Amino acid sequence: MFGSLLGVLFDGLAYGMLLFLLSVGLSVTLGMMNFVNLAHCSFAMIGGYVTVTLMNELNWPFFATLPCAFAAAGIASVALERTLYRRLYRASDLDQCLLTIGIVFVSVAVAAYIYGTIQQPVQLPPYLRGSFTLMGMTFGVYRLFLIAAGLALTLVLVAALEWTRFGAQVRAAVDNQRMARGLGINVDGVFAVTFALGSGLAGLGGALAIDVVGLDPAFAFTYLVYVLIVVSVGGLGSIGGSFAAATLLGISDMAGKYYFPELGAFLIYLVMVALLMWRPAGLFGRR
Amino acid sequence: MTAVAGQIAAPHRYLEAQIRWRAIETVFWLATLLPFVASPSYLVLASQIAITALFALSLDLILGYAGIVSLGHAAFFGLGAYTAGLAAKHGWGEPLTGLALAAAAAGLVGYALSFIIARFRHLALIMTTLGMGLLLLEAANSASWLTGGADGLQGVRMWPLAGTFRFDLWGYAAYTYSLIVLFLTFLLVRRLIHSPFGLALRGIRENATRMPAIGASSRAHIRKVYTIAAVIAGIAGGLLTQTTETVSLGVLDFQRSADVLVILVLGGAGRLYGGLIGAIIFMVARDQFSGINPQYWYFWIGTLLIAVVVFLPNGILGGLNQLMSRRGS
Repeated sequence: MFGSLLGVLFDGLAYGMLLFLLSVGLSVTLGMMNFVNLAHCSFAMIGGYVTVTLMNELNWPFFATLPCAFAAAGIASVALERTLYRRLYRASDLDQCLLTIGIVFVSVAVAAYIYGTIQQPVQLPPYLRGSFTLMGMTFGVYRLFLIAAGLALTLVLVAALEWTRFGAQVRAAVDNQRMARGLGINVDGVFAVTFALGSGLAGLGGALAIDVVGLDPAFAFTYLVYVLIVVSVGGLGSIGGSFAAATLLGISDMAGKYYFPELGAFLIYLVMVALLMWRPAGLFGRR
Repeated sequence: MTAVAGQIAAPHRYLEAQIRWRAIETVFWLATLLPFVASPSYLVLASQIAITALFALSLDLILGYAGIVSLGHAAFFGLGAYTAGLAAKHGWGEPLTGLALAAAAAGLVGYALSFIIARFRHLALIMTTLGMGLLLLEAANSASWLTGGADGLQGVRMWPLAGTFRFDLWGYAAYTYSLIVLFLTFLLVRRLIHSPFGLALRGIRENATRMPAIGASSRAHIRKVYTIAAVIAGIAGGLLTQTTETVSLGVLDFQRSADVLVILVLGGAGRLYGGLIGAIIFMVARDQFSGINPQYWYFWIGTLLIAVVVFLPNGILGGLNQLMSRRGS
């Protein structure tokens, strides 16, 4: 019982790190511009497909594909931001929702057209495969790698946000956009860079997620729900909140699947609605 | 300027002028009778369109008039569909009372949820509606002893309508029935939105914080309109079950919530006829393209959505309106 509990915690933590990577960009950009970007997971999907293509068609090593996944998702997001999103910053929630749902539909169809609707295989390098046993329990090497990578990235993000000039500008823009503009901060520029970085992180998350959750065109929809849960429970614009919410969600989802498989995803949605009713602005949200 | 002053002086006259029937409306409703004579082989499709239009009308009430963005409106459609289906499966196949049951079930749940809905705006609202829709879908999926789960509800047998008209493959009874229900509900909604209550709803849409300041509590209004919309969506779901004699999990799908949003926005939200026009265009287009892979169909829907948001912010009807007024001036 205790062993399985620890195993669930471990797998849940790895899963939570993935969710954190997928959602942190959305949390910060939403907090800054209040732009409801439902297409965030489409960028993650781009990252996943870039990795799959580079590995399976061009035989690139796994680690070499990760920066490409990051860059491809970031570039795609900037292209869309410049052409479409820009027009709707002052539009209603509904218009933003509709535009981005439209983008999700298109991206799902394009992915299905190019790659088909099947799950994409990915061959991890040998040193990331398999598992090791410690004190009578088995741990997957890849999961351990995910946890380490997730924690490292979190530290880098927090440090960058706390101690760099750019980080201070981002925090100012999230806290009070108009005041930040008044102080001469180029909020649109800061937003564009943050948006690209956030989508790039989602692309990275999409690439790392293939081995754990698989990759098919429905990815953009399936994980959208999870990402939105993380963002709305964690609170907008809060990295710590996203981290806590992603970990909580990852662990409770794993525990739900392990202990109450017949309930399915029911538990997750119930927890989310209950949390939102308790704190509409999220656990760590201030607005 | 004088027109505005006149409105303020005589609000009742303004409302009365709004509610007067225009010639184009009569033409529209007469045109809905065309499928009987022009294309009897498409009556089944026509009844599907009428049902979808009713569903879109229900979303229009909360989204177009009260400004509540919902990504989980299929929840009430599905509730109605399953209620009507279960009633018929367990020995009560009478259509009209079955429909009333469906409406009551959806309305009850809608009323309970409206207390939650009225508390939220913005992202939290979108998330709550989405979450509740998914919650219901998962519940229906896991309660397979009741709903049949992923296999759908089997053994729905409807009695003939009014004891004489059977729901057959040709769809005469189905279309007549759906059209009558749609028309009656439409009359009700039309009356509702031109009443002072409807005016208050539009006030909430425009500025939810100012409404309480002028003495109209927005939460009470939101609760009322949300319940009414749930009832209408339940009726639409019940109609779908009764005319097709099957229920599948698809009635609760996120896809259905998204589709009805697309339909409404395509036609023009907050315009009463927007959902109806949108439903006709959407369903006919889907029927024409049904040969191609559904994945590619969503490519076009997505493109259409982007185009509508960027170029036609008020939908087709809004665009037409603009064109007319430009020509008039």
